[in-house]
Amino acid sequence: MPLSLALSRRQRARVFRGVQYAVLLLAIAAFALVADWGTLREAFFDVDVARALFPEIITTALVNTAFYALLGFGFGLGLGLVLAMMRLSSVPPYRWLAIAYIEFFRGIPALLVFISLGFGVPLAFEVALDMNVTVMLSLGLVGAAYMAETIRAGIQAVPKGQWEAARSLGMSPGRAMVSIVMPQAFRIVLPPLTNELILLTKDSSLVYLLGLSLGQFELANFGRDALNEHKSLTPILIAGLLYLVITLPLGHLVRRLEARTAKAR
Amino acid sequence: MKAGKEPASPEQACQSGQSGQSGQSGQSGQAGQAGQAGQAIEVQDLHKAFGDLEVLKGIDFSVGRGEVVCVIGPSGSGKSTLLRCVNLLEEPTSGTVTVAGTEVTDPDVDIDRVRRRIGMVFQSFNLFPHLTALENLTIAQRRVLRRGKEEANRVARRNLRRVGLSEKEAAYPAQLSGGQQQRVAIARALSMDPELMLFDEPTSALDPELVGDVLAVMRSLAREGMTMLVVTHEMSFAREVADRVVFMDGGVIVEQGTPDRVVGDPQHERTRTFLARVLDPAAAEVGEVPDVGPHTKRVDR
Ligand SMILES: Nc1ncnc2c1ncn2[C@@H]1O[C@H](COP(=O)(O)OP(=O)(O)OP(=O)(O)O)[C@@H](O)[C@H]1O
Ligand SMILES: [Mg+2]
Repeated sequence: MPLSLALSRRQRARVFRGVQYAVLLLAIAAFALVADWGTLREAFFDVDVARALFPEIITTALVNTAFYALLGFGFGLGLGLVLAMMRLSSVPPYRWLAIAYIEFFRGIPALLVFISLGFGVPLAFEVALDMNVTVMLSLGLVGAAYMAETIRAGIQAVPKGQWEAARSLGMSPGRAMVSIVMPQAFRIVLPPLTNELILLTKDSSLVYLLGLSLGQFELANFGRDALNEHKSLTPILIAGLLYLVITLPLGHLVRRLEARTAKAR
Repeated sequence: MKAGKEPASPEQACQSGQSGQSGQSGQSGQAGQAGQAGQAIEVQDLHKAFGDLEVLKGIDFSVGRGEVVCVIGPSGSGKSTLLRCVNLLEEPTSGTVTVAGTEVTDPDVDIDRVRRRIGMVFQSFNLFPHLTALENLTIAQRRVLRRGKEEANRVARRNLRRVGLSEKEAAYPAQLSGGQQQRVAIARALSMDPELMLFDEPTSALDPELVGDVLAVMRSLAREGMTMLVVTHEMSFAREVADRVVFMDGGVIVEQGTPDRVVGDPQHERTRTFLARVLDPAAAEVGEVPDVGPHTKRVDR
């Protein structure tokens, strides 16, 4: 009689789980034996290299990353709001324009926008855009397309009765929007907008393309530069961890906000 | 054939809301003329279609100042649509609606200005969930009527007291029962000092035990002489408070008159069928009208 038949279903599940743990432990053990710990440690966590990165990797790179992300986010939010309003307009051409914009910028790689603004526009129009303006536009133009859709969905998620109640009290469309609909939509869109900020934080690494001066380095650029200098992966690892310093708390915030919204329903 | 073609003239004398005995008598000279100073609401040949669906098929009726008119009728007969045409939440397809001398269907009219004078109470309350009860009552006073904070608060507190919810001014709508929310919604409308009030099935979304409080507030409003147009399934309320009852079916007014006539002694078969369904037949025979409670319990969103 085969072994499996002699076991109950629960016993079989326990055996199966045991096997899974055994495989995992074996894999870890094998990796620990095979891996060249000395080289790995040197490549990824060279204490001397790490020490040399500070404090600039914080005071310049991390700060610039956050600054670029916020720059793009601020511009994108403003433009996204306008696009959302156009998208909901009763004037069809406004709707068409907004839809065209949103579909276009959601459909193309952000990289292309960076190249266009960073190199294309200066070459074609012979204008030198300010670095911060270039970053703001590059990150914001794409971000706005996503945020416009988020905001539109948020506005539409506010029950129609709210709008009707506001208008019935004599509020103008603008007043009803600002005092009644927007505050409620804002609560609904806060979690997805925070998510957008996380994405922009990561996308800010594309600034790397623009050929920055030292003081303008953000995390990816800074890491890359230090990698060349020290021939070590340590800067990259630390840059990655510093992204997490921004994105993990924001992600936590998103989950808290979502839980709060779910409770309020 | 429509009873609405000979609209019941509002009696100027019926301010008390009790004497409404002769909804069809006299003063027919006034009916049919838009903008009469005496009329709070004047509706003429009102049509409303949603696409191909014709919902209102020529409505003529009026509500006098201080009059309480209840609109009854089966689901889908166009009651809400009629009410919503009065403050232009729905744009009529044709016909005229005149509110307190202002023709609201005139394309040049400033509708926001007219709406300030018309209180509206919804089946689903529609309180602003991000504002406290007090703020719900003050926001339009401040933003629309441009009242100062002090005055707005004073008016709001007075109206919260009026609906018996003084102690709830700091509560958010989510912290209030349905009945309390609806009373706050009534107080919110009252805070704009409206000349007339529209109610669209104000108790239909409420648990039966909460209906009474809301009706009590409406009753006292009627007693104070407020002009009220009420869509309701509460027959006992209609009988006791209304000066006139309007029965609608299929987008037309089938008959209207005093509650005793329309509810007690309906002339039309369709009215009788409807009432038989809404009222307990046994009780109706002995002239008793039972409180039927919420007829349909659902919330329009
Ligand atoms: N915005 C709209 N678009 C399309 N059809 C509508 C709209 N509003 C109402 N209708 C239709 O118009 C008809 C009348 O609706 P209305 O809400 O006025 O009826 P009612 O008498 O208030 O019914 P109830 O007692 O169920 O509230 C219904 O058939 C409804 O489906
Ligand atoms: Mg209705």
